Amino acid sequence: MHREEIDILRYALRRLLGAVPTLFLIITAAFFMMRIAPGGPFDQERTLEATVLENLNRTFGLDKPLWQQYAMYLNNLLHGDMGPSFVFRDKRVHEILGEGLPVSMQLGFLALLLALFIGVCMGTVAALRQNSKADYFVVALATFGITVPPFVVAPVLALVFAVFLGWLPAQGWGRADQMVLPVIALALPQVAVIARLTRGAMIEALRSDHVRTAKAYGLPASMVVIKHALRAAVLPAISYLGPAAAALLTGSIVVEQVFNLPGIGRYFVQGALNRDYTMVMGTVVIVAVFVILFNLMVDLLFAVFDPRVRYD
Amino acid sequence: MKTRMMAGAALALALTVTGAGSPWAATYMRGNNGNPETLDQHKTSTVVEAHILRDLYEGLVVYDAAAQVVPGVAESWEVSEDGTEYTFTLRNNAKWSNGDPVTAGDFVFSLRRIMTPATGAKYANILYPIKNAEAVNTGDMEPDSLAVEAVDDHTLKITLENPTPFFIELLTHQTGLPMHPPTVEANGADFVQPGIMVSNGAYVLETNILNDKIVLQKNENYHDADNVAIETVNFIPIEDRATCVRAWEAGEIHSCADLPAEDLERLQSEHGDATRVTPYLGTYYYALNHEDEFLSDPEVRRALSMVIDREFLAENIFQGMIPATSFIPPGIGNYETGSPETDYFSMSMLDREDMAIEILEAKGVTPDTPHKLEIMYNSSENHKNVATAIADMWANVGVNVTYNVRDISAHYAHLRDRGDFDVARAGWIGDYSDPQNFLFMVESDNDGFNYSRYENPEYDALMDAAAAETDLTKRSELLSQAEAMFMRDLPFLPLLYYSSLALVSPNLQGWEDNIQHVHLSRYMSITE
Repeated sequence: MHREEIDILRYALRRLLGAVPTLFLIITAAFFMMRIAPGGPFDQERTLEATVLENLNRTFGLDKPLWQQYAMYLNNLLHGDMGPSFVFRDKRVHEILGEGLPVSMQLGFLALLLALFIGVCMGTVAALRQNSKADYFVVALATFGITVPPFVVAPVLALVFAVFLGWLPAQGWGRADQMVLPVIALALPQVAVIARLTRGAMIEALRSDHVRTAKAYGLPASMVVIKHALRAAVLPAISYLGPAAAALLTGSIVVEQVFNLPGIGRYFVQGALNRDYTMVMGTVVIVAVFVILFNLMVDLLFAVFDPRVRYD
Repeated sequence: MKTRMMAGAALALALTVTGAGSPWAATYMRGNNGNPETLDQHKTSTVVEAHILRDLYEGLVVYDAAAQVVPGVAESWEVSEDGTEYTFTLRNNAKWSNGDPVTAGDFVFSLRRIMTPATGAKYANILYPIKNAEAVNTGDMEPDSLAVEAVDDHTLKITLENPTPFFIELLTHQTGLPMHPPTVEANGADFVQPGIMVSNGAYVLETNILNDKIVLQKNENYHDADNVAIETVNFIPIEDRATCVRAWEAGEIHSCADLPAEDLERLQSEHGDATRVTPYLGTYYYALNHEDEFLSDPEVRRALSMVIDREFLAENIFQGMIPATSFIPPGIGNYETGSPETDYFSMSMLDREDMAIEILEAKGVTPDTPHKLEIMYNSSENHKNVATAIADMWANVGVNVTYNVRDISAHYAHLRDRGDFDVARAGWIGDYSDPQNFLFMVESDNDGFNYSRYENPEYDALMDAAAAETDLTKRSELLSQAEAMFMRDLPFLPLLYYSSLALVSPNLQGWEDNIQHVHLSRYMSITE
């Protein structure tokens, strides 16, 4: 292994180890904060009989002191068990999240790829034709994409393509045709952001010394753009991947609901509203792990695109 | 790296050109309002679960297409003179999906299980009328002391604490559905999983994917299988009502079990008869705190009720719902005498307002010297709109409103814990079709539901008398008197009767609108 590769590996390992106490703190804070919220998992429109409530509390261990519940939760978690859901009583939280996570990840991943591809292309074109019609179009579209939220875009897409035109299904997940509308709805705002980021960075890159040098050598314009300028111009887009992943996560809550997808987005809101303690903890753990990993990945990616970055 | 990214994106784009299929020939695509929390008939509590469980299992009695109680596994039953002993004769041809006969012992097993404290059954109390049930559920007695007995394989005897004229109605609830004892004993909580579950209804469980679909296949062992037309039922859990409407309009599903009220007018004009609006067994109300000094005055409560324009609420906010002039919704069973009439509902809004102003002025409350009240409601756009509209109506008579908004868990926890409040929003959907299921809420010893802390010994006495009365007509009269007292004292201000809203495809035959909003798939058929 090269010295450089060993450095990257050591860096990644150090970051992962550093994430353990962070994760622990997040879990602890979430556990106790959740319990401060008034009301419990069994406070619904229909008040439960006292006896019944007592039985339920005993079944779920809610009658034990809080510290004991906390210790039990941590112990279970270490054994890969996120506990029983207080609402969905036929399954355990990790089973429920395990069923939905692949769907959300597929959706998020496809949306991210789509957003990156179209965003970078559009940003590049706009930068090359600065102040032209194409440029204005991209800027206008970007502004539109950022300002119009998914809860408007998603139903409109469904109305147009499913109800009026009948080309694509209005809901569901699994077949390729069912993925199209949700992925587009989720990707759209990110396309806008990435296009703007790329446009700015590309304009700057085109004016940089090394690009000018490359041009001076008489290299074909396409080669200059793709090989030299683009490499610098995608850096902002890459560092945006972290926030983008977070935005996709929150966006997916809406998109999954509108297209009725079996992802995990719904649990973020519902879990909290239902006081489904274990479900909330499960989503917190997933998001925390996800954000930590994603940030690490972005940092590592930088090494690929930016030779100036060193991991010591 | 870059090329791979592009290839992925190109793939995603390529998907846009493939067309949508419609895989629903001979399959009933049935929109359901959400996910079942469980398919265990003893842990169940929601309507969403009821729809599925009624297709999977058959209880002693069942609902027909019009929601009338008809024999199910029990082909007949006898009630003892004093109304406390029910003897059911089970049909000979009732079978489980694995071919086992359905026996009286299966019902004994099931009823004991729901009362066992460790089961953690949310609705166990609905069957408390059975003798010793409550004691078993609190753990004071052993499950085998429950007064349910298998006289022989086809004879089941259930003894009640008191005569309970609505006991048969109670048995239509999904908690009364039987379970297959060997399967439950062998698999524990996993007996609900596809491939394991053994059921005795018109359908068996094939697939259950959370948030995706629940697939039921026709049960060939069902005693009435010859009359079950639909082979496969796909329950599609769609929480978002608007999503269900779009899926229905796109022809992807046959029925939606609820609709967004704000879209109702358009749906009615565009789809005509496919849009169903049916009175439902429920009431939307405001609880008034009788321990509050101002609200403890019955005259004040009457004035506050009088000035609420319920037609406005029904027309402008909760479209499809019906203005309420009583607490018990019309169309309920066992109530031949019906709800009493309250004088001011026949008067014009202007007269009612004048009368209320007069009453409150006498108490020193006018728009210039207003009294302050807080309306507490759980967060929701429509609840907010109702509270705002009522605040406006009350402002005219000198009552200024502030708001206290919580999410649903916190809202009901506050009420349950007897937290302080002035006026609180709530709603009630009957569990069974009997006036008692509404009026019992404000009995003085009802800790769970008597949010208003209404205490009236006369009311309690009427309710006790009704509970002991076995003659249905006399009982109905007693309950009418109790409701008249309710409307006079107003522990709750009834505002609207709920309606059930549905979209039903013209291809779907056999869906009959009914007050219970129950629609068993076995009564339906699909024409292409």
